[in-house]
Amino acid sequence: MRLETRKLLDKAFSGLGLIAIAVMAVALLLILTPIIWRGSKAFVFRGTVEHRRVMLEQFDRGNPDRFNQEAAQVAAARAPIYQMMEAFEAEMKAMKSAERREYQSAFKEVEKSIEQLLGPIPGEKTPVLLRQQYGQTRWDRTLVKLHEVLYSEEWDYSNPDAMGVLVETPRSEHFAGTQLEPLFPYLEEHLDEMMNPKTTFYWQFITDTSKDSHIFGGIWPEVLGTIYLTLGAMLFAVPMGVIAAIYLCEYAREGHVISFLRICISTLAGVPSIVFGLFGLAFFLNTIQVSDSKSVLAGSLTLSLLILPTIIRSSEEAILAVPRSYKEAALGLGAGRWHTVLTVILPASLPGILTGIVISMGRAAGETAPIIFTAAVSVGAPLKLWETLSQPTPALPWNIYNLCTEHEAVDEIRHVQYGMVFTLVAIVLILNLFAILMRARISKKLRG
Amino acid sequence: MTQDITLKKIDTFADHGDDDGACETHIEAKEFSLFYGDFEAVRKVNMEIPKKRVTAMIGPSGCGKSTLLRSINRMNDLIPSTSAGGEMIFDGHNIYAKNIDVVTLRARVGMVFQKPNVFPKSIFDNVAYGPRLQGIRNKQELGEIVEQSLRNAAIWDEVKDRLQANALGMSGGQQQRLCIARALAIKPEILLMDEPTSALDPKATAKIEDLIGELRQNYTIVIVTHNMQQAARVSDLTAFMYEGVLVEFGNTKQLFTNPENPQTENYITGRFG
Repeated sequence: MRLETRKLLDKAFSGLGLIAIAVMAVALLLILTPIIWRGSKAFVFRGTVEHRRVMLEQFDRGNPDRFNQEAAQVAAARAPIYQMMEAFEAEMKAMKSAERREYQSAFKEVEKSIEQLLGPIPGEKTPVLLRQQYGQTRWDRTLVKLHEVLYSEEWDYSNPDAMGVLVETPRSEHFAGTQLEPLFPYLEEHLDEMMNPKTTFYWQFITDTSKDSHIFGGIWPEVLGTIYLTLGAMLFAVPMGVIAAIYLCEYAREGHVISFLRICISTLAGVPSIVFGLFGLAFFLNTIQVSDSKSVLAGSLTLSLLILPTIIRSSEEAILAVPRSYKEAALGLGAGRWHTVLTVILPASLPGILTGIVISMGRAAGETAPIIFTAAVSVGAPLKLWETLSQPTPALPWNIYNLCTEHEAVDEIRHVQYGMVFTLVAIVLILNLFAILMRARISKKLRG
Repeated sequence: MTQDITLKKIDTFADHGDDDGACETHIEAKEFSLFYGDFEAVRKVNMEIPKKRVTAMIGPSGCGKSTLLRSINRMNDLIPSTSAGGEMIFDGHNIYAKNIDVVTLRARVGMVFQKPNVFPKSIFDNVAYGPRLQGIRNKQELGEIVEQSLRNAAIWDEVKDRLQANALGMSGGQQQRLCIARALAIKPEILLMDEPTSALDPKATAKIEDLIGELRQNYTIVIVTHNMQQAARVSDLTAFMYEGVLVEFGNTKQLFTNPENPQTENYITGRFG
């Protein structure tokens, strides 16, 4: 081959490599940026006075004196709203019944959306549902609710050939000439004073329990459930996997049975996770009944089956990578097989084994399908350690799915969903980082 | 011409000064054969290795000398599908008999390998590995054994200040002497050396050879080497093997200066191999 052709090929290849890496970097950026950006909003956001009210009343957090001061200021700003509403109610009573009827349902809507925005109207009975006891806690949601107060929505189906068109009309037009008319511009102008938004760092989002199915509070039950499930899976899979790998590498005689076993392990690694989930339900819950209902135990067992092949394969590779000379040296010094494994082979293969373990840990933490039928519920309290034997738990991967598909107020809690995604990704990334660091440390120690 | 040069090269022989020819047999091979599957790597070897002498094995690559050496502590067991025929007698027992505990055998027959194979542990832990296996836990006792072994391997002065440092940080020659110290720490009776200097530079080689001369007083040493000058320099007896057969075995000086077998002569004069 001519020199120039060779040089050209070299350049072409390194160019291709660069392009591949650049594409990968862009893809990574495209995936991680929204996760971090949106997820961080669960932790850092403009929190209204209602957020601080929830914190104080539900989580016993914050300074009551300072809050009362703030609450008084806010109440003062809100007072005209309620006065206007009262005045309008009186006005309505004085109206003729036909006219009154015209306003009544529209007023009900206004009342309802103001309750949603600011919380229950003072002097009325405290609502039963927790979510109705407080106004909007986040400024971004506050603005959305404000819009709902200011505009009424109607769908226009007059053109039969087209889809319905959303028509928004300002409510102030509807109430023109009544006592209620000035409420709308007042609300728009003084919303700041009524809600008093402040930049809030809510890092307790991770450690707070959720109130009223994630409307308020944090995601601790999910985080804890994920930790339980992952550690539980490790508890079963790591000893079994490492011991199996040692057996396959050091003890087993090569033969048909062992080759068959190896094929089985490889196949197991390729089985779809939903199949593992169904197997877990059929075997652990229905057949041997490790618990009466779904439980962390059953979920951990199912997850451990899922990651077992990965652990076996990576441990096997790590053990086979230990130089033969170490083994010879140990045996030559009169060490038995077991001693050789324990004192020489395992320490030398530890970095590789650990890498496999942490990678499977990341996988166990993020798997959804195996826990749907065996461990996960949508809402639950954080479990005590012994309850994991019999109780199901919420878990991050399942609740991410659940929040965006089945929650009755999906729009209200988008931030929780993003926060969960962020937390899960962070957990997995931290685990991987930890593995890399540990691996580097042990390798350094081994290299001397 | 070739002969002249070769003879000139091999002019230093081990002079241990006590060679009376009469000494106890330590290991005896009786019609010993070793097979890798169907391949007979060692063919019906009869050989008596004397106590507290240095016995060298020479021969071209693949002649079975390493296999024979590794048969003495059954290191060949590691390779699947090996089988042995005949007897290898050590301390009155055939070590290939069924009731022999290989672990004890290997504790009595130490081995040093071709490449230094220190463990990725500290220098101290490397030497203490064998004694710990034998159940010695007392720190002081371990310390004494480690020091004595390192002194015997002539490396104590170089490492005494960094016993806790990782052994992989040492030079190749030091690592090999550490391996010898590690083998000595289990207090073996026999020391097998499988081309112990082939991965080392001349200076380190000289040190190891000096060491072998000193160890000879207390241990039976069997050494496989590619280097005929080395065999001449360090050994009392030399065995020449060719294609699995023990061609000639006798006093080193005699074998190198006046070989009985023409094949031996051809090999040591450099006509083949």
